[in-house]
Amino acid sequence: MTLRKYWKALWAVVWKDLAAELRSRELLSSMLVFALLVILIFNFALELNIQAQKAVTAGVLWVTFAFAGTLGLNRSMASEKDRGCLDGLLLAPVDRSAIYFGKVIANLMFMLIVEAIVLPVYAFLYQVNLFNPGLLLVIVLGSIGYAVVGTLLAAMAVQVRTRDILLPILLFPLVVPLLIAAVKASNGYLQGFALPEILPWLNLILVYDVIFIAIAFMTFDFIVEE
Amino acid sequence: MNTDKPRLLTFLDVLSGMLLTSAVLMVFLYAPVERTMGAVQKVFYFHVSTAWVGMLGFLAAAVVGVLYLTTRKIKWDLAGYAAVEISLVFFLIAIISGSIWARPTWNTWWTWDPRLTTAAIVELIYAAYLLLRAGVDDPARRARFSAVYAVFGFFSVPLTFIAIRLLRTIHPVVMGGSNPGGEGSFSMVAPMKQTFFFSLFAFSVIFIDLFWHRIRLEKVTSKIEELRIQLMD
Repeated sequence: MTLRKYWKALWAVVWKDLAAELRSRELLSSMLVFALLVILIFNFALELNIQAQKAVTAGVLWVTFAFAGTLGLNRSMASEKDRGCLDGLLLAPVDRSAIYFGKVIANLMFMLIVEAIVLPVYAFLYQVNLFNPGLLLVIVLGSIGYAVVGTLLAAMAVQVRTRDILLPILLFPLVVPLLIAAVKASNGYLQGFALPEILPWLNLILVYDVIFIAIAFMTFDFIVEE
Repeated sequence: MNTDKPRLLTFLDVLSGMLLTSAVLMVFLYAPVERTMGAVQKVFYFHVSTAWVGMLGFLAAAVVGVLYLTTRKIKWDLAGYAAVEISLVFFLIAIISGSIWARPTWNTWWTWDPRLTTAAIVELIYAAYLLLRAGVDDPARRARFSAVYAVFGFFSVPLTFIAIRLLRTIHPVVMGGSNPGGEGSFSMVAPMKQTFFFSLFAFSVIFIDLFWHRIRLEKVTSKIEELRIQLMD
């Protein structure tokens, strides 16, 4: 299969997800409301006043993204499964990794949209400036790794009897290194650390992304075969 | 399939029992008491042995996972399942014994050190592995999913370790390399080394023995299932 055809198939999957979301808006709206609820709960649980929140902002943000992310991943794969859409996709004469990466990009876009709304809201609520190019880079890189692993595991979880409860259990222990590195790197940028202090964490995120993109690429076929 | 218990397996059972007894005797009678930590240092022999053997079991689960995905022989899936189950117990022993040692040595039952944290996350990953298996009824699909998950876990664990290591460590490194900042470190005299390697050997044999039993149990279970279906027809 030529590269052009591969890209066409990939973007068709992305476009399908975006169009479906544009019409129903059920995924983004629930992710968004959920994310805001998590931030509200953190406010009371951690007493996030101006002094206290400085040290924990990165942690609160990433926990929020991770929780909202599982919600979206579960829904995006469950809707494929419920209406037999996944079987239809698999019947298409394209490389299956194109379907997988299409789903990854769609899920990544949903995560980034939610993050793009949550960040200014958080900045507004806690009077903190979150517009920091470094922080945005960390959020994009971290979300890539999260979507890569999450989409594959969600494809697995929807085929399991206990699917709704299983995804976070499968996903969270595997994304621990990513979340640690993302929280540390974000915190570094927010506190204005020098680059050499942040760089190891950025490298770790990059390594995580590369390794898991490669493994997911090799193993997705095994997840969806009948 | 022949369901009689193989003689070699019975031999391994007896050998495991004897090795474990001798290891306990060696730990308490042969190995000297460590100068600064005292008797609690004796936890070390079984702690490190179970941790190593458990870790090797998880590694084996990932390797047989890849073997299953390439050959599609159900025996590899069975081997992965058995290895994870036993390693989970071994690792739990290592965590609990480590905690007993840490209380007097580090003055705390638990600390968020790289090795401890990684061990806890490893337990959670493979507990999730068992939950995943429990949720799939179709054997081929279960085998594929668990193989893929074992591979994912295998790559995630070292990254977790590096991530937490970047923070800091107080866990002593007794075998190979050293951690000058480690608290509760010590150097082993010859009888200690002998006791340690003997314990390691004992636990390896026990692992193999349990592993064999577990696979046999699974095979006998499916045999019974087959017979039941035949009987109902």
